[in-house]
Amino acid sequence: MTAVDTRAERTYPAYSRPLWRRLLLSREASVIALLLIVWMYGYSNIPYFGDTLTLTYILVDMTTVLLIALPMTLVIVTGDIDLSVASVVGLSSAVLGLLVQHGVGMPVAALAALAVGVVCGLVNGFLVAHVGLPSLAVTIGTLALYRGIAVGLLGTTAVTDFPTSWTDQTARVIGSTGIPTFMIVFVLLAAGFVALLHFSPFGRGIYDIGLSTEAAEFSGVNVQRTKLILFVLTGTVSALAGIFYTLRFGSARGDNAEGLELQVIAAVLLGGVSIFGGRGKLPGVIAGVLLIGALSSALRLEGVTVNVINIIIGLLLVLSVLSTTLLAWVSDIAARRNRAKRPTQTPASVGSQ
Amino acid sequence: MTPTTDTHADEGTTLLVEPSALPARTRLIRSLLRSRELSVAIVLLLVIAAAALKSSDFVFSSDGWRDLLLTPSILLLLAAGQTVVIITRNVDLSVGAILGISAWLTGEVFTSHPGMPPLLAFAIGIAAGAGLGLVNGVVVAYGRVPAMVITLGTQYIFRGIVVTWAGSSLISASQMPDAFLDLGTRQILSIPVLFIVSIVIVAAVGYYLTTARSGRELYAVGSDPEAAVLYGLPVSRRVVTAFVLSGALAGLAGVVFAARYGTVNSGAGSGIEFQAVAAAVVGGVAISGGAGTVWGAAIGAGLLMTINSALPMVGISEFWQQALVGALIIAAIVLDRVLAARQARQLIEARDEA
Repeated sequence: MTAVDTRAERTYPAYSRPLWRRLLLSREASVIALLLIVWMYGYSNIPYFGDTLTLTYILVDMTTVLLIALPMTLVIVTGDIDLSVASVVGLSSAVLGLLVQHGVGMPVAALAALAVGVVCGLVNGFLVAHVGLPSLAVTIGTLALYRGIAVGLLGTTAVTDFPTSWTDQTARVIGSTGIPTFMIVFVLLAAGFVALLHFSPFGRGIYDIGLSTEAAEFSGVNVQRTKLILFVLTGTVSALAGIFYTLRFGSARGDNAEGLELQVIAAVLLGGVSIFGGRGKLPGVIAGVLLIGALSSALRLEGVTVNVINIIIGLLLVLSVLSTTLLAWVSDIAARRNRAKRPTQTPASVGSQ
Repeated sequence: MTPTTDTHADEGTTLLVEPSALPARTRLIRSLLRSRELSVAIVLLLVIAAAALKSSDFVFSSDGWRDLLLTPSILLLLAAGQTVVIITRNVDLSVGAILGISAWLTGEVFTSHPGMPPLLAFAIGIAAGAGLGLVNGVVVAYGRVPAMVITLGTQYIFRGIVVTWAGSSLISASQMPDAFLDLGTRQILSIPVLFIVSIVIVAAVGYYLTTARSGRELYAVGSDPEAAVLYGLPVSRRVVTAFVLSGALAGLAGVVFAARYGTVNSGAGSGIEFQAVAAAVVGGVAISGGAGTVWGAAIGAGLLMTINSALPMVGISEFWQQALVGALIIAAIVLDRVLAARQARQLIEARDEA
């Protein structure tokens, strides 16, 4: 007993850092810092980057990714993944289009599209949480299934006769700020998700599941219900993103937003969420999405082609994941050097301090 | 491996399950009947039969027969590579981009050296793919980072490279030598050459996985990485091997792509990585590693591609193909789950009786 106690006393003071250092050295802080650097560099060096119109473009461009990244973060923190999100975007878009084409009013059609998202999420959640299948395999299946239903419903046709009173909404901005009005919806949602993940027992349970499902279950977290809720949230928000996407382009197609899932996952991982689960924060993720948006916009204004931008985003993703390993090496080397410098502490010498 | 189990038995360790008393042939037939490969193969045959009943041209015309075998050839190669990677509990999402690079490279090489022998093109494509796979493997194995993230990143990078390189241009059949393009359509005993190539490769990979020591170790690495490390297996090296193999096969698939279609643009093979993973999953390769065969994945690839062309024959719009594939994947993993649960129950019963 006593041996364990002294060891705990010995190790904890040596490794704890002051709060400001922990915050500044966190993964989220480095993403936010990188975002600020890109933004400030672009603002002072790239013509047109500072324009409100550029801000509008960046935000409108990233809205779908921003929206889906919120619930996706929660899912990845539990150690699962949802690859079907882009297909849910396509399916809700197709349902919205079909209903509008058949004369259903927009509000009802939009609600139906949202309901489709709920059902898609329920199917994913049921298969993962209650049947106990790996989420990667399940959502590769539903990726094909939902996309297939969307393409099957609409074929290669596109529905474009949406009321302009609705499509115009996606282009509206708040006063002269250049911030799209729809951002209000995002901010409200983001606040809700931050509260859910970072300030609620439910969110604590999400981290517990990510760290160890067995331990979480043992300590009273309802793992099945949590996973089900998270997949339903992902489906629902993806459907909302699908409605926005459809109205923004004024076109409902079965293949809308194909490949978007990879963008969302790339942004979430760039934002510091561990794919193994248990680690990551929403502010980092939001900064990650905006970083990708600002970087692509800045590079595009500088005349860099989209392909090179994709290479850069890929490199950024690989390096950001590798950085953990690299930092671990660095701190390992530093720790070894420290140990060599300092005389080895014995439990007795710590006790006398 | 066998000596260790033998000594254990000799030492009188109580075994959980008695060795089967049934003769070898009965056991072989039983395991064959229970195998996932057989059930997927039966579904594949049913699909072909249903399509052939509606229109006998689907199988019995020379074009139908050729397409039936040629269409899955490219996916067969990718699925085999993906199987090797998934067995080690990783995944390779960059194979579509590697295929794209290799296909474009083949076109470029022929454009600058028109007289080059086709075999050399195959070698170049395979080498390029293996090199890119090596990048994936080294980063995954030594960076200690999840393969899904790395290959997602390298997918962006590799695809970006080929799009930057190719731009919006196109390499057409006229820029490639006839001898090479002939390979895309030539048949031996009415069997397309490219299909034979794919089957031989799948057989070789399957033989490697089941018999070679390093092949068996891939399964060990995938079923329990920590145990594999403790046991002293060169886990990092095996993971690199798996990625190099997957990259090389994707590179080969790129050359086959160029030979088969005659035209290459920068988008060659985009999205095919999901089909490769899907083929493996349908064919019974467990996404959690350690289980599955390239045979299963190959039959799965055949099924996915054949459904595509069979649907219009049986009167279903081809637009529904993807939905059917999705339902198939889900059915396959649910089936896996049910079988695994049944086996676990049987093992527990066997233990309780013992």
